[in-house]
Amino acid sequence: MKFGVVVFPGSNCDKDCFYVIKDVLKQPVKYIWHQDTELKRLDCVILPGGFSYGDYLRTGAIARFSPVMKSVAAFAAKGGTVIGICNGFQILLEAGLLPGVMLRNAGLHFICRHIYIKAQNTRTRFTNLYREGQVLNIPIAHNEGNYYIDSDGLKELKDNDQVAFRYCSAAGVVDGSANPNGALDNIAGIINKKGNVLGMMPHPERSSETDLGLRDGYFIFESIVKWLEVKR
Amino acid sequence: MKPGAYRSLGLSDQEYRHILKILKRKPSDTELAMFSVEWSEHCGYPRSRKWLKILPKTGKYKTLIGEDAGGIIVDGLAIIFKMESHNHPSQVEPKQGAATGVGGIIRDIFTAGARPIALLDSLRFGPLTQTYNKYIFRGVIEGIQFYGNCVGVPTVGGEIYFDKSYTGNCLVNAMCIGIAKQTELVRARAVGLGNSIMYVGSSTGRDGIGGCSILASHEFKEGEEKRPTVQIGDPFTEKCLIEATLEAINTGYVAGIKDMGAAGLTCCTSEMASAGNSGMDVELQAVPRREENMEPWELMMSESQERMLVCVKKGKEEQVKKIFLKWGLCASVIGKVTNDKSVTIRDNGKIVARIKAHSLTRAPVYDMPYKKPAHLKEATKFALKNIPEPKDYNKALLKLLAVPSIANKAWVYEQYDHMVQVNTIVLPGSDAAVLRLKGTDKAIAATTDCNSRYCFLDPYKGAQIAIAEAARNLVCSGARPAAVTDCLNFGNPEKPESFWYFKNCIEGIRDACKSFNVAVVSGNVSLYNESPQSSINPTPTIGMIGIVNHVDRVCTQNFKQSGDMVILLGRSKEELGASEYLAEAHNMIKGSVPHIDLKLEQAVQKAALEAIEKGLVNSAHDCSEGGLAVALAECCISNKNKIIGANIDNLDYNIRSDALFFGESQSRIIISCDKASVEKIRKIALKFKAPFRVIGKTGGQVLRILNGAKELICLPLEDLYEEWGGSLKRKIEG
Repeated sequence: MKFGVVVFPGSNCDKDCFYVIKDVLKQPVKYIWHQDTELKRLDCVILPGGFSYGDYLRTGAIARFSPVMKSVAAFAAKGGTVIGICNGFQILLEAGLLPGVMLRNAGLHFICRHIYIKAQNTRTRFTNLYREGQVLNIPIAHNEGNYYIDSDGLKELKDNDQVAFRYCSAAGVVDGSANPNGALDNIAGIINKKGNVLGMMPHPERSSETDLGLRDGYFIFESIVKWLEVKR
Repeated sequence: MKPGAYRSLGLSDQEYRHILKILKRKPSDTELAMFSVEWSEHCGYPRSRKWLKILPKTGKYKTLIGEDAGGIIVDGLAIIFKMESHNHPSQVEPKQGAATGVGGIIRDIFTAGARPIALLDSLRFGPLTQTYNKYIFRGVIEGIQFYGNCVGVPTVGGEIYFDKSYTGNCLVNAMCIGIAKQTELVRARAVGLGNSIMYVGSSTGRDGIGGCSILASHEFKEGEEKRPTVQIGDPFTEKCLIEATLEAINTGYVAGIKDMGAAGLTCCTSEMASAGNSGMDVELQAVPRREENMEPWELMMSESQERMLVCVKKGKEEQVKKIFLKWGLCASVIGKVTNDKSVTIRDNGKIVARIKAHSLTRAPVYDMPYKKPAHLKEATKFALKNIPEPKDYNKALLKLLAVPSIANKAWVYEQYDHMVQVNTIVLPGSDAAVLRLKGTDKAIAATTDCNSRYCFLDPYKGAQIAIAEAARNLVCSGARPAAVTDCLNFGNPEKPESFWYFKNCIEGIRDACKSFNVAVVSGNVSLYNESPQSSINPTPTIGMIGIVNHVDRVCTQNFKQSGDMVILLGRSKEELGASEYLAEAHNMIKGSVPHIDLKLEQAVQKAALEAIEKGLVNSAHDCSEGGLAVALAECCISNKNKIIGANIDNLDYNIRSDALFFGESQSRIIISCDKASVEKIRKIALKFKAPFRVIGKTGGQVLRILNGAKELICLPLEDLYEEWGGSLKRKIEG
């Protein structure tokens, strides 16, 4: 199976994702330039973190208009696997591939820190190697990770089991004190209704190796590989 | 220009006469502008160069010196690094000043062909009790995170100090580290007759005109408006410029390249021609601009950010241009390499400047007079017996832990992305940052250090201690000290007392580097750091990198488990002079700086390193500001997810308790280890003749410290953490 990592001008986690897929997960992977539109023969597209186009207007607001995003939307519509990490998540929201919006962090600061999230729905192609309720230590690094959606939207997310991860304490308690950025309902990651598009603020590629102390994030990528293998 | 206009450009009468002699005619406006920036202290080092020459250029690793940044070679890998100041711009406009400081130092690294992998920032401000200092502090942090986070280079370490000498003149020293295969390095020169000179990156505007000459090379005076001399940074463009530049260099079509930093086009044209022993003929009409009606001298002086000058091999211009255009950047051929050794600048074909490149780049060298300041006699007078001991040692320790220079800096470093590029093994908050080198067993450790109070009271020893402490921090992380970059921040060099500090610090750095067998591979001089409020403490910031031979032998400062033995390597003396404790508890910046014996320092460091490399050590932490008690507290609480107490009941030095707990005796390292490793470490210490003593044991919910049989400190870990961990946030936001 083949992964593609999209490179927008200003992406800065593209190389990290590429490295983890190629050297840790040991799967084939290629870069996709933001002006390319060809996604054929790919099984999973990753929208990496960073500051696409400088994020000058609003995070992800310019990236959604880049040529590659039309192809990503078509790819997702056909059931292709898409994962947006950090800025990638913000772009997916702006592009309407996932519901909701991002606000500035409640503390009005950029936050780079190891935090804990709880796997909420482990029946997805992204999370099938986790236990339901498993607590994962995965770092965040963002200025706009304060997820928001209106009450109807939130109800829909919950009814459809679309919340993939929630911020929690080391012991797994989901409450305000474990919420680093003010995200509604402690939401750290969501999937779309069809379950083939994931957006998450924490960086799984930063916790994929024992060298860096933790492998909790690695299993997101491995879950995808396993799911695709089973599907074949 | 009006007669005498050279003075407003920062040139002296003497320098103007010198220019007349070189040219054998009156300079044009553009030529005058070019001399003024290139001969400024910031670019040409006329006042400091004589002394910079004495710094050692060789050490235990093969060095690369003489370009924008220097470096060392380790197993065929070039590690390029440099530290640079952006003090005055940050004082005038803190956010943009700090941001462009970060941008500038990153360009110095990738212009060599190296990929930037880490940033560190050494920052100094006036006390946070003053609102304006708080504004500067917040602005600088905002600027560093704004630029560094976007550009995708992790900010992994540094230091922050507060002292009233920096009120009115903060220090922002940014350091960047990059790596490249030795074979991929490029030089900053114009070579190959007929090769093209290509301007790439952002367009040119009127921002930053006179930044290096008028702003950086003069002290602040009352009521001046210097904001227009500060540049504006665009980290998104810089990120694209990094990728495009490295891609272009990779084609093999780049014969030379240089970052347009201070002195902009003037610096690039003259220094590339001078380094290549060639010449350059440039047409200004081809320079991409963002403002209309710019005069030639403005174009030559502008310090607009995110620009580079590239010497492209003849016939390969289109291929190189394509890369920069792909990244949304400007690329324009503006001239050619000549062999007349002159820099010729044209505007619409008409020559507006023609100067021999060497005469621009070889700024005059001044022999500055120096004189020991009279105030030192009084300042170093200090008798410990006149200082009362604290009544309550618990309170004294808690107070010290909350001093902003000592307190936990998470409020700052959590605003920096310190993990991007997935190399950061030791995150900010330990003695040094450690980054793995993917594809190898090795890692790089990096630190910045300088205690400017020591340098104020004794510049020679203070500078030696800065080197010793930097090396000690690296050793505590499991790294072998490898090479140095320095950022020399001082007051007005035209004052002999100020220059005396400069000279003595340089001599201290030289002697300490020789002792450690490390070279100074790059650096920067920032003089004129004075304002109506104060003259800064002499601050020769040391950036040092070290090599960890095996990634799995990396060490951090916090205790790892209960029941470990705590060992002190080194000797505690009855010294309180120049200490943070004396400043905090007695409001005194006085006395002799701690004694430094470089032989003892080496012994302690070698013993610690061997023990760490053999896998015998669970934690290692150096004793610095705040002394032994503060260092022990940090060992207990610096990993907030794993706070571990300690019982330190075997200190017996027969010295006053305040000196024992808070004195800043040098060459001391606290290590913790399994009980079974104690004897092995003792043998290693004996081999290197390093003083060794088991001083206690880890475990429990308190930090308890005895002097002899007297229990003087016993504090719950939560109290320690509350003071140390929350202090900075309270002082800034509270």
